[in-house]
Amino acid sequence: MTGMQKLYLLVPLAPLFGAIVAGLFGKVVGRAGAHTVTILGVAVSFVSSLFVFQDVQAGNAFNGTLYTWATSGGLTFEVGFLIDTLTVMMMLVVTFVSLMVHIYTIGYMSEDPGYQRFFSYISLFTFSMLMLVMSNNFLQLFFGWEAVGLVSYLLIGFWYTRPTAIFANMKAFLVNRVGDFGFLLGIGLVAAYAGTLNYAEVFAKADSLVAMTVPATGWPLMTAICIGLFIGAMGKSAQVPLHVWLPDSMEGPTPISALIHAATMVTAGIFMVARMSPLFELSETALSFVLVIGATTALFMGFLGIVQNDIKRVVAYSTLSQLGYMTVALGVSAYSAAVFHLMTHAFFKALLFLGAGSVIIGMHHDQDMRNMGGLWKYMPVTWITSLLGSLALIGFPFLSGFYSKDMIIEAVKLSHLPGSGYAYFCVIVGVFVTAFYSFRMYFLVFHGEERFGKAHDDHHAHDDGHAKAEAHADGHDDHHDDHADEHHHGLAPGQKPHESPWVVTVPLALLAIPSVIVGYLTVEPMLFGGFFDKVIHMSEAHGVMHELGEEFHGAAAMAIHGLTSLPFALAMAGVVLAYLFYMVAPAIPAAIMRTFKPLHTLLENKYYFDRFNELVFAGGARLLGRGLWKFGDQALIDGMVVNGSAKFVGFIAQLSKLFQSGHIYQYAFSMIIGVFILLTFWFNRG
Amino acid sequence: MTGIPFLSLAIWVPIVGGLLALATGSDRNASAARFVALFFALAGLVVSIPLYTGFDVTTSAMQFVESYAWIPRFNIYYALGVDGISVLFVLLNSFITLIVVIAGWEVIQVKVAQYMAGFLIMSGLINGIFSALDGVLFYVFFEASLIPLFIIIGVWGGPNRVYAAIKFFLYTLAGSLLMLIALLYLFMESGGSFNILDWHQLKLGMDAQTLIFWAFLASFAVKIPMFPVHTWLPDAHVEAPTGGSIVLAAIGLKLGAYGFLRFSLPIAPDASQAFAPLIITLSLIAVIYIGFVALVQTDMKKLVAYSSISHMGFVTLGFFIFNPLGMEGALVQMISHGFVSGAMFACIGVLYDRMHSRQIADYGGVVNVMPKFAALFMLFSMANSGLPATSGFVGEFMVALGAVQFNFWVGFAAATTLIVGAAYTLWMYKRVVFGAITNHHVSELTDINNREFVFLAILAVCVLVMGIYPFPVTEVMHASVNDLLKHVAASKL
Repeated sequence: MTGMQKLYLLVPLAPLFGAIVAGLFGKVVGRAGAHTVTILGVAVSFVSSLFVFQDVQAGNAFNGTLYTWATSGGLTFEVGFLIDTLTVMMMLVVTFVSLMVHIYTIGYMSEDPGYQRFFSYISLFTFSMLMLVMSNNFLQLFFGWEAVGLVSYLLIGFWYTRPTAIFANMKAFLVNRVGDFGFLLGIGLVAAYAGTLNYAEVFAKADSLVAMTVPATGWPLMTAICIGLFIGAMGKSAQVPLHVWLPDSMEGPTPISALIHAATMVTAGIFMVARMSPLFELSETALSFVLVIGATTALFMGFLGIVQNDIKRVVAYSTLSQLGYMTVALGVSAYSAAVFHLMTHAFFKALLFLGAGSVIIGMHHDQDMRNMGGLWKYMPVTWITSLLGSLALIGFPFLSGFYSKDMIIEAVKLSHLPGSGYAYFCVIVGVFVTAFYSFRMYFLVFHGEERFGKAHDDHHAHDDGHAKAEAHADGHDDHHDDHADEHHHGLAPGQKPHESPWVVTVPLALLAIPSVIVGYLTVEPMLFGGFFDKVIHMSEAHGVMHELGEEFHGAAAMAIHGLTSLPFALAMAGVVLAYLFYMVAPAIPAAIMRTFKPLHTLLENKYYFDRFNELVFAGGARLLGRGLWKFGDQALIDGMVVNGSAKFVGFIAQLSKLFQSGHIYQYAFSMIIGVFILLTFWFNRG
Repeated sequence: MTGIPFLSLAIWVPIVGGLLALATGSDRNASAARFVALFFALAGLVVSIPLYTGFDVTTSAMQFVESYAWIPRFNIYYALGVDGISVLFVLLNSFITLIVVIAGWEVIQVKVAQYMAGFLIMSGLINGIFSALDGVLFYVFFEASLIPLFIIIGVWGGPNRVYAAIKFFLYTLAGSLLMLIALLYLFMESGGSFNILDWHQLKLGMDAQTLIFWAFLASFAVKIPMFPVHTWLPDAHVEAPTGGSIVLAAIGLKLGAYGFLRFSLPIAPDASQAFAPLIITLSLIAVIYIGFVALVQTDMKKLVAYSSISHMGFVTLGFFIFNPLGMEGALVQMISHGFVSGAMFACIGVLYDRMHSRQIADYGGVVNVMPKFAALFMLFSMANSGLPATSGFVGEFMVALGAVQFNFWVGFAAATTLIVGAAYTLWMYKRVVFGAITNHHVSELTDINNREFVFLAILAVCVLVMGIYPFPVTEVMHASVNDLLKHVAASKL
């Protein structure tokens, strides 16, 4: 093993070590010990990733096996690493955001009794995510895939006494399992027809698989594989209709919302599809499917962000919408743009989440934006960094989000794939929606009237949807606040919000830096400098990135051109409208809400996805189970067959009992009858 | 090969230990009985280990063979041997016996000697089943092993144990008799041999194969149990004491599955091929139908019992798709299920010992008072849902891949277990463990003691190690499985 290979190994193992120490020996090492060892582990991992990055930049790549997991039927299941530009970019993003979140957690979770457990989980997550992105084969991919799902499950249910949290974590796990179902079938088809699970070997065989169909279905093999794999991505990356778990995952502590449910885990699906570009390029049907699902998610989840009052849920819906953008990019074969947006989004969305968390700390665990307002005065660092994050999110020129999002929009515009017209409409309207809900949140939280410190009973009685959101928020507070029996949470009358401690604000500042500059610095090398050339495959027919490259004349020129473009105008319109609605004339949104009541109700109920799933899938499964149990097992098998045969034996016994009466004269009589019958036969035998 | 008869030792060490434990007599000497049992359970495991370490993975031939004339007049031999299919089950059984002895340590307070003796004797007999190479010897072990289990359920069982025992009896009776007839028929056809390996080579017509296949199926399907002859299992589990449930789930269910590989497939390969669609259908029904039934159970033991049936559906599915992935995956699933279901029943036992209830509704918020237990139970629940890096994943994954290879729709149906299996397991876990403390009984619970921690932790290590590095397990079985598949593919007609 070379030194570099040892370094590869160190990247995932350092956080694993931290997780084990903090998890199993949490009592021994104490709170400080737990956060020291896990932060050190992730820091080692980050620094190692930097060295690996340098090595990869120098042109080195690695594809090798660590150990053979199992062998069977000609298949070799292995655990191994594939280190290339895509991997190393993900490694950097994961370890950097994870490091920031680890530090932030010291402040956010300082009063929580599950402190060590929390650090153990987030380090374990980091390990799992790294194993996922560093994998060189489908088996390990699936390992990491499920492992991050497990940690997500554990963290959403971190406050395990809260009914909403333990409902949300089960929901997240099961919805993800629906995705994994497709994912497993996709992997199964790869194994069955490519005869290997190693990426490189599968890609090498991809061309020979194109002409095949799946027996017993008649589907083109490559389309079936890609759609199967993508269904997995839909679960993990929360694409419609498997998105329902992500908003509920906000029941978990905010640091993990930033790390897992915004920056890293949910992008695993995007990463996976980008990694599989040599396969997806071979199926236009699959690409169209990806495109339409992504576009739908991008626009329709954005709409939901508009009606949320819980600060975390706004950011959650914004995450859904942005994941939709990435998926759209995948669909039009702009894989590098998708991955680029994944990276910039990881920074600014982690920033927005951690900013929201900082606001929540400042508000004493009140998450309702209607109780905020004017916080800029009290929380300057949080305010500035959140503003930068919001600007990056809406794609303000020169900020990182601008480069990645604009690139996606341009790519969709150039695509000729079926569904690209719809997708272009979605992403362009999405720009306006994003700007509107982002600045709605920004104004409600940081500007305007100071609404905190007042009794907010009037909000409770708003209407059904709001009452529900309140219930969530209240559920949150019940556990976290020491005064659980207090009815009101948040700030008491007269109390003022306060800026968070340095362990919270420093990560905000450190995340704000890449949110602002990373796009400007890396757009050229990453998208047009051949960074992903050997990794991401784009067929001639889907040359949108190539066309974009011809129009690209440097990052600065792109931003300046962006100032006059349609997306920028739409984004500004969104900001201005949000300003009008929430700063100038708050009566307008209320009036609109009244006028378009049915629409508002539809949005408040999240298009009734949850209720539908609850009723049809959860309810249907229980009903089916009960029916099969009561009718099949109990009535049919036990009642008729088993007990029936017992009764039948009993019936025969009853009959035969008649012949064993114990009375000599009956026996004698039957003997005589028998003798007569025998004699009759004997005489008549001739 | 050293010449030490390890297989005989694996059979007779526990049986002798059981008899010695019995000899300690009444409950006044309970602790003597416990230590005798512990010693011999440990010894039984120790003598089984050379079977693995000395195993030659390159051959599919029987190893550690012993053969002595038993009843020469009928050519009945005391013939033992293991191949890559059976060796792991001897190890698993010896291991589980040790776990059961520790699990019943202070929980059982009445008739301790008899309880321990029952498990040890059963352990020896089961090792006999997995290593017998003679039809009669197999039959004797197969039927005799039921007696201790009957006694364990009957004496230390729950209030409704008689119903459960009778139900089980009704189910097994017909199967056992039919199997006996099949064995006698094979004896005649083979010109007076009870050697199972001779039978493998025996040419048989399709009609004879069909009858033999069904005769064995009648016996093995009940033991596994396959749909629709499965309804005895939930009742038996509910009535059995914890140790009984552990052995029943971990080992008992494997006997029937093992029978398929040792008898049905190699003796009647053409019939096996012909009836494969039927078995595959029944297996898929077990996976899906039983999964939904498990979802709505209100009794934890019943839920895990149904989940066992569902998991065993994967085993029979793996066997009858006739590809190496499926068959090896099925074998791995059997081993893993031994750990996982054993651990699940052990966990339920831990709760039952404290609360004397198995009803999910009586629990809630256990994590608040039993955090260590909750962590271990979480691991086993995840293994039960087939999470990667636990043993539960390995077999399911391999069988699922094999099934997709065999037929996409079969794979599709099998893969639904990803969703349903996770749903019933995690929903139970949520209602029992998570949440706020629901009643004062739960608030008075105490976390697991050192003894409980030890056996659960050992099982946890097994589950994890096998999930992270199953290579040593799959490696052993290649030669035998490939040979068996080749054998099944060659027609006897």
